[in-house]
Amino acid sequence: MNPRFLVPLGVFVLLVVVLIVGLNHSREVGVLQSPLVGHEIPDWELPMLTDPAKTLGSRELKGQWYVLNFWGTWCYACRSEHNMLLQARRDARVQIIGVDWKDENSADALDWLSRLGNPYTQVVTDKAGNTAINLGVAAAPESFLVNPDGVIVYKEPGVITPESWQREFLARLPPQSGVPATNAGGS
Amino acid sequence: MRAIAAGATLLVMLLALAPARTAWAVDPATMSDPILQARYEVLIHELRCVQCENNSLADSDASIAADLRHQIRVMLAAGKSNQQIKDYLVSRYSEFILFRPAYSWRNAWLWGLPLFLLILGVVIAVRVIRQRTALVDNEDDADVSQS
Repeated sequence: MNPRFLVPLGVFVLLVVVLIVGLNHSREVGVLQSPLVGHEIPDWELPMLTDPAKTLGSRELKGQWYVLNFWGTWCYACRSEHNMLLQARRDARVQIIGVDWKDENSADALDWLSRLGNPYTQVVTDKAGNTAINLGVAAAPESFLVNPDGVIVYKEPGVITPESWQREFLARLPPQSGVPATNAGGS
Repeated sequence: MRAIAAGATLLVMLLALAPARTAWAVDPATMSDPILQARYEVLIHELRCVQCENNSLADSDASIAADLRHQIRVMLAAGKSNQQIKDYLVSRYSEFILFRPAYSWRNAWLWGLPLFLLILGVVIAVRVIRQRTALVDNEDDADVSQS
């Protein structure tokens, strides 16, 4: 047999291999990988939900682990994440700061938290959405895990599940971590 | 006759609606400076809506697209260059936000592959044509020698 007939066969096999590899790695297609992971979180400072005259920002949180969770009362997927976050608050391994994103009316957010329970140690608001853009947020919910140096060590681009909470968040925390006593009472 | 009239009416209604549909998709916000407005138009067509991934920022009515358009207007008004604006958004949302990927060594295969495949195709085609021609010539020679 003429070996040259094997060339198209070889090309075909190569193509099949490329497509199989592509399919098996397509889980992340459509999910934005944040270029901010591994870098210091861009400075943010936002008004508190309960008292807009007061602010909270990345500078006050330096030296502490925290999760920054973007949500909104308009966000259907956030509702399905809520119970997971409530459980995380009960476990108290890390403080979760809520960012109420693009809710025009703070009363809606307060109502949501009083009805469903408040998983956050503190809640700030980003009504204009500038901070969300500066952190590369595309669609709620999104969550950042930030270490005491202010570096983003992980970003969850969607709903946190009990599995991803364990695997991606808790596994990155030091074994003895907990919610700082000063913030535990929170809003 | 009535069917034709009904059809014509429907057609007129659809035609009347067509411009309205495109008008909804476009952001009514504009910039007062026509030069900035022109740059703004170019930018929002070159950048992808990060939520509805196959739309440009110009086409998308998603809330995040409106926020990104607003951010671009703010940066243009602040005197930032197109490159600075794109660099900023890439630093936050990754290169995914660019509809046209940047030229870089990492993307070299992306830009080079179509050209490589084209050259490969031409080389194969030329070789096949030459072989066929040689085959036909030989057959002709054989025919001639037989007769």
